[in-house]
Parts: sequence; C-alpha cells; structure tokens
Amino acid sequence: MAAVTLDPLSAPLPHTGVLAQPAPSPVLRVNQLAVTYYTDLGRARALDDVSFTLNAGQKLGMVGESGSGKSTLALAMMRMIKPPGRIEGGEVFVGDTELMGLNEEAMRRARLSKIAYIPQGAMNSLNPVIRIGAQMVDAVKAHLPGESRAAIQDRCRQALRSVDLDPGVFNMYAHELSGGMKQRVCIAIGVLLEPSVIIADEPTSALDVVTQCQVMETIDRVQDQIGAAVILIGHDMGLMAQFVDRVAVMYAGRLVEISSVREMFTDPKHPYARALISSLPNLDNRGVFQGIPGLAPSLLRIPSGCAFHPRCPFAMDVCTTVRPEVLELAGGRRVACHLFDEEARHG
Amino acid sequence: MAELLELRGVSKVYTRGLTHSHPTVALREISLTLKEDEPTILTVAGESGSGKTTLAMLLLGFISPTMGEILYKGRNITTLTGPERLAYRREVQAVFQDPFAVFNPFYTVDHLLTVPIKRFKLASTRAEARARMEEALNAVGLRPEDVLGRFPHQLSGGQRQRINVARALLLKPRLLIADEPVSMVDASLRATILETLRNLQRDYGVSIIYITHDLTTAYHIAKSIIVLYRGGVMEAGDVDRVIKSPQHPYTQLLVDSIPWPNLEQRWGEQSIMARESTAPPPGACPFMPRCPKAMPVCASRPPLFQINPHQAAACYLHERQPQLVAEKLSELLPA
Repeated sequence: MAAVTLDPLSAPLPHTGVLAQPAPSPVLRVNQLAVTYYTDLGRARALDDVSFTLNAGQKLGMVGESGSGKSTLALAMMRMIKPPGRIEGGEVFVGDTELMGLNEEAMRRARLSKIAYIPQGAMNSLNPVIRIGAQMVDAVKAHLPGESRAAIQDRCRQALRSVDLDPGVFNMYAHELSGGMKQRVCIAIGVLLEPSVIIADEPTSALDVVTQCQVMETIDRVQDQIGAAVILIGHDMGLMAQFVDRVAVMYAGRLVEISSVREMFTDPKHPYARALISSLPNLDNRGVFQGIPGLAPSLLRIPSGCAFHPRCPFAMDVCTTVRPEVLELAGGRRVACHLFDEEARHG
Repeated sequence: MAELLELRGVSKVYTRGLTHSHPTVALREISLTLKEDEPTILTVAGESGSGKTTLAMLLLGFISPTMGEILYKGRNITTLTGPERLAYRREVQAVFQDPFAVFNPFYTVDHLLTVPIKRFKLASTRAEARARMEEALNAVGLRPEDVLGRFPHQLSGGQRQRINVARALLLKPRLLIADEPVSMVDASLRATILETLRNLQRDYGVSIIYITHDLTTAYHIAKSIIVLYRGGVMEAGDVDRVIKSPQHPYTQLLVDSIPWPNLEQRWGEQSIMARESTAPPPGACPFMPRCPKAMPVCASRPPLFQINPHQAAACYLHERQPQLVAEKLSELLPA
C-alpha cells in the first residue's frame, strides 16, 4: 500500500557535518509496524501500519479500548510477539539500530539496554522464590558479563534508590513488598541499564490513586535522570493529562490521531478521540454519563473502510468504503479521518 | 421508619496462627444505617488495605464480625435461618471487581441467569423465566439476543460486568454491594456501567454501597461518602462537600492524587510518604505517621468532629467543632 510519508523524520536523515547544529533527532522511530494473529477463526490484524516517532526525554501516551492493539504494539517493539502472532513488517529504530533486522542474540542484548518494558501487573512479573536482588543481578549480568560483582550490586542498589526504595529491598522477596513497591522494583529493573526508550504498559492499573501518583512521579524522575523517551500505555485519560506530552489514540489496530496533550484535550479531531474526551468525568459535569455508543469491533471482522464508521456520528458514504489514511494537519497533528481530507489538502 | 441495614459498632480483627498473635484491625467500630424507604448510593472509599473489601464481605455475610452486629431489617444476619436467610440472600446482591474472574467459562450466560431464577423459584414457566432474563438484560442496556446463548469469552469486559449487574437485578434486590465494579473496565465503558447503577437506584429503588478507591467515579455516582483508612472512618458526609473541600489530611491527600483529565488542574502538589513504612503507634491516629500536620495530641485516636451538618472528620485540626458520636454517623449522610 502506498504509504503516505507519515513523518518527515522517518525519511533517511541527510548526513550532517560535525559542525552542523544537531536537530533534535528522534530516539525512537516506528515505521509501518504490522502484526497479525493467525487464529483458528481467521486472521486478526492487531497492528496495522503503525508509525510514529519520539524524541529523547519525550513522553507519549498510547490510549485505546482493550483490544485496540496497545499492548501488541509494546510487545512488537520488543519483538516479543509469540505465535500465533507474527510481525508482518515494519521497522523500529532505536537511535541508529533497527531492531526488526537484528538476529536473536543481538535483540536479546538490545532489550533492557536500549529498550525496556515495564509490564502490566507487577505483582505477577517478579519471581516469588528468588530475592529481588538476585533477579536484578541476573539482568545486569546477562548484559554486562565483564562487570565485577561489587559494581553490579552497586548499580542495583543505585537503581532501587532512584525509585525511592530502601536498598534493603535488595535482600527481600516479592511477597514482602506491597503492590506499589513491586511496581517500583519493576521500574528499577527497567532503568538498570539506562535504556533510551522505556515502554510502560499500564504500570498503575492495579494500584490505588495515592500509590499511582507516587509511581508516576517515580517514572517521571528516573526518566529525567537518564533522559529516556517514555511510552505510557493505558486507557486512563486523566493519567495522560497529568503525565504525557503527546497522546496517540489507537482504534482497531491503527493510530487514528496523534496530538500534543493540550490539543487533544481542548480540540480533539478524530470523532473517536472526541467521544473519548467527552466521556471523561470532571468536577463540573457531575452525574453526566456520556459513554461511547456501540462496541469495539472484533479484530477478526474489522468493518470496511474506516473501522470506526459504525459507531461514528459523523460517518459519510466514503467512510464505509475507503480506509482513511493518516493526514498531516497544521501544527504536526496527525489524524486518520475523512472529515479532514479537505483541510489536509489545502494544508 | 424501618432500617434496611444497620451496623452497630462492627469491628473485624484478623489474627495469625493458633496464638492469635499479630492482630490486624481490618475494620474498627463502624456504625452505619441505611433506611429502607430512602434508596441511596453510599461510597466507601480508601486505599488498598483500608478495610473496604472486608466491609463488603461482612455485609454479604461471607465473614462474621469480631465485635458488634450487622442487622438486616432488624435481624442479625449471622443468626438468620430458613426463609429469612433466603430472603436476605436474595435481597442483598453483589457485583465484584473482576468481570473476567467471576464467570465459569464452561457455561453460557443463560446458565448464570437461570440458576438464581431456579434457586429462588422466581418463575414458574420457562417462558416466564426467559421474560425475566430479558427484562433484566434490557434494564442494563444489553440486547438479549446479543448475549444469551453466548459464552463468557465471547463477551467484552463491559458486557460481562453489565451481565453481573443484570444477574443481581433479576433477584429484585434491596441492597447492592458493588466492590470496585468499574476498576477493570475500559474508561469508555465506565460511564455506561455507572449510569446503569445509578438507574437501578433511581428506577428500582435499590440502595447501593459503592466500594472504590476512585474518587472520580464516586463523585459522579454517589450522594454520600465514607473515607476509610486502616479500618477507621477518617471523614464522612455529603460527597460534593467531601471531595470539593476535604477536611481530613488523608482525604486531602486522596483528592490531591486524583488525576483529573484537566490540564489546568495539576495533581500531586502534596508530597507523599509511602504507606509501607508507617505503622502508627498503638492508640494513635492511624494516619499520624504520614500526616503533614501531625501534632502531639494525635498520639491518641481522634473522635469524629462535625464540621457542618453534612460533613465530619476524625482529626484534631477540627477539635473546636462539636464531637460526633460514632453511632450518629448516618445522620450526616444525605439520602
């Protein structure tokens, strides 16, 4: 399919001289990433030509209903999609390294050191019978085999301190920690090797508000320290408003809008994004419940044309037949919706 | 005026091992009354470990209180027998947190809905049972033809949670205990489920105890709120007052941590002390170790002070206000 140049930055960068002013080059470039699950009931296109870029120090929020492909995107970027899923194509650049082309061993080394993943539900991702410290040391050893034992331990304790945990946690077991502490241990493991990209998949979905606030502050602080780019996956728009710089909205495996957080909240473009924003509870609309009518489509039977058209209040004839491509609007916003065909053409 | 539900100084203490060492007070002397003829929505809010779920388990009769008693229509629920017990079981229903864990994957939705109809003999013919099922599903905004005959894995989380509400509604309950009913559901579906719950209260006269840590949804659905911390009531009253002008430092912390989807309203202005490290000294205000305004007097547990007709806080910052006897807590809560 003719991919519109979604982003000028995804084209090869012209070679610049040493003295040239370094433009803020993106630390992460995802280019037409596609994933399909081959199930008994048919092929489910879970990720469909997803492209975006992210600069160092930036925070991108990835929102969408369950089944919209958020977690698949995270796993695909880590190359951890398991059969029956398959990465069908696309590129993921972290700095200058293209992850999809690496061999298995090089990819193993890239995980955690270049791109780290903080999983959903930290309660279940720590080994209950091994001390926290041993699990951290394992991770460092696998990547830095030459490092001395003292240096490794030092690095781990440093990481624990950076997430506000007592270094004594090093000698504890997972069951001795609360949910928020376990989640912070996972963040500490994620930043052990100072990766340039951190993907946090609903890091606070199992935590209560106060702990959630603490964990997000922790992520914010360690990100500042190591200058990493962060992708925050979730469906809580409140959290997004408080934490990220840009918001990307996914629907049925596609990115339908990427905007700065301010534009997203004040002037959402895509009808799905609009519905999402207006369904939010706020202090001044007490008792008004505005859900999004209809249900998310099954990925096995994605509607023709625009996948959102059966639920869209603005659907036009063209929406049922022609799939909208991602359009670039003024201010670098990107929207995949026929409502903006005109606007994008006149630019 | 008859009381639907009455809690009289209910406490629950968990102990460890044979010697009953290391007692944990999960709930401390809660007194509460719900009136039979004034259906209301009451939120019980707090962090994990505050005793919210213990309260739900007590109300549902799954565990019995260590001290105090729970009366349903004037009868102690632990001693109910025969038809009275059956009536209590039918009239007090629950919706739990995780819509993915409460379904048996081997049965279709029909089974889930027919079992209670049979058990409580709600219908005499198959057609009548079917009609009741359809009525309940319609009431929660589901199309019967969409869900009947399907297996749980074919349904979305929001659909499953609404089926749970429909199952409860089928039994024409008087009281619904909703323990974090929307925390595992997509944000876009939350609004729909909350609206369903509110309609239950409004149209069917069901009282709802809405247990949550999410003050945003509490604010939208409830009339009154009780904020728990380590098993004790920290603040209670009208939900609008408590959330817009919280008076207890703990409630202030909770409200401050809400990520409102509003760019002008930043969160986390207060610095937070981790909960883990802070067991309060015995007999002290449970929040004292984390409290930014702790004073020497906090070493003894504060009673509730009534700040205005619809708000009270258990904090010595308000000790000039008249004390409120714990038994009178319900009088604060607007119906």
